[in-house]
Amino acid sequence: MVGYIKGIFRGLGSLLTGMKVTFKEFFTRKITEQYPENRAVLKMHDRFCGELVMPDESKCIACGLCQMACPNSTIKITTEPVTDPETGKTRKRLVKYEYDLGSCMFCHLCVNACPHDAIRFSTEFEHAVFTRSKLVKILNKQ
Amino acid sequence: MFDFGIVTNWIHTQLASVMSESLAIFLECVIIGVCLLLLYVVIAIIMIYMERKVCAAFQCRLGPTRVGPWGSIQVICDVFKMLTKEIITIRHSDRFLYNLAPYIVIIASVTAFACIPVSRGLEILDFNVGVLFFMAASSIGIIGILLAGWSSNSKFSLIGAMRSGAQMISYELSVGLSILTIVVLTDTMQFSEIVMRQADGWFIFKGHIPAVIAFIIYLIAGNAEVNRGPFDLPEAESELTAGYHTEYSGMHFGLFYVAEFVNLFIISSVAATIFLGGWMPLHIPGLDGFNAVMDAIPGFIWFFAKAFFIVWLLMWIKWTFPRLRIDQILTLEWKYLVPIGLVNLLLMVIVVVFKLHF
Repeated sequence: MVGYIKGIFRGLGSLLTGMKVTFKEFFTRKITEQYPENRAVLKMHDRFCGELVMPDESKCIACGLCQMACPNSTIKITTEPVTDPETGKTRKRLVKYEYDLGSCMFCHLCVNACPHDAIRFSTEFEHAVFTRSKLVKILNKQ
Repeated sequence: MFDFGIVTNWIHTQLASVMSESLAIFLECVIIGVCLLLLYVVIAIIMIYMERKVCAAFQCRLGPTRVGPWGSIQVICDVFKMLTKEIITIRHSDRFLYNLAPYIVIIASVTAFACIPVSRGLEILDFNVGVLFFMAASSIGIIGILLAGWSSNSKFSLIGAMRSGAQMISYELSVGLSILTIVVLTDTMQFSEIVMRQADGWFIFKGHIPAVIAFIIYLIAGNAEVNRGPFDLPEAESELTAGYHTEYSGMHFGLFYVAEFVNLFIISSVAATIFLGGWMPLHIPGLDGFNAVMDAIPGFIWFFAKAFFIVWLLMWIKWTFPRLRIDQILTLEWKYLVPIGLVNLLLMVIVVVFKLHF
């Protein structure tokens, strides 16, 4: 009998705890993003992977590690050998950094592989285009 | 408090002066029937909109926002969509019962809806055993649900209907006991009279401890009675697709859906009527200025405010707690609510006999 009555009050207490949680939730700011209307103020999360970008292409040493790390062969790097006039050593120089957004699965392996942090993911997410070929982007400008 | 009885009596005398008494009464019945159904539909639409918005708020969402300002036309559009959809006939079903079931549910719901006193003089069905009639009328809905499950010739429907039957018949008892507790306090079963007795204080204040216990039991049992909230296992989506109305489509499904929401409103408005004073304003003895201000607010606004407040409470409960298992539901009813309800009834009798209430 004592257990029965105790059980009732314990049950009521736990139910009230649950109701307190949802009551707080009722008045918190809602997380829904009303997308097309709030384009101007929309802020994506920092860790959101939109597309691969190369902010500073002088950092890229054309080592090809990102190309090798990519499981989908999304990245294609074209290089040319150049000779340093002072030391006379030959090294590779980046000619073309092709990135196919259409086959990227946003796994971050290329970003992790890059020894000089030359590439990163931006939070840009409006990617819609009319043909597949437009999804292939050239990341270096020169 | 404005008495709408003056208006209705005036209409009656005007009608009776141009036609015979019986024809006037017939015409009034038709008008009231149409008004009742209109109010029924409007309440259903408001309830569905409120459900979607309140549910969204509890889940940290916004709910419908696109159709009309704040999504207000969304539900009306949904109603028209539902009306235009095809009613599919199931091949191996019991055709007659299958088509009859939603109407039984809706008739029970409308009849119970007619018992509610909205404002002073705005009672439709109001006689000396109104509470009893209300209980009887609202229980007819179970037959409709059982018929729907049986005639659909589907396992899911039948299991849903059987669960619903077991649950609703059990919880009827607790609803009855908690209403009886208040009937003991008021010594009347007429809804309008119950409201009138609360002029100097709502029953939840006048009956103090037993009334509060009865109120809580009524809310739990009422929630189970309309198959909602943590007691929605007759239509448990994850197990039974949709329970007893799995095989229904178009407006037949719509009738079940509408009846479910209006039943929730009926349960809430009866709770508001017998515990929170119905259309009676909040009066605090001694504060005459305050009472005069409260009297200035029309009765139907008081009624709807209280009813929708309780609807909100029940939605809060629904969107907080997980669904119970069938044995847990029956344990809650037979081992907790019924014994507590009986003891509470006895407590109320003691309170009334020794005049311990206010």
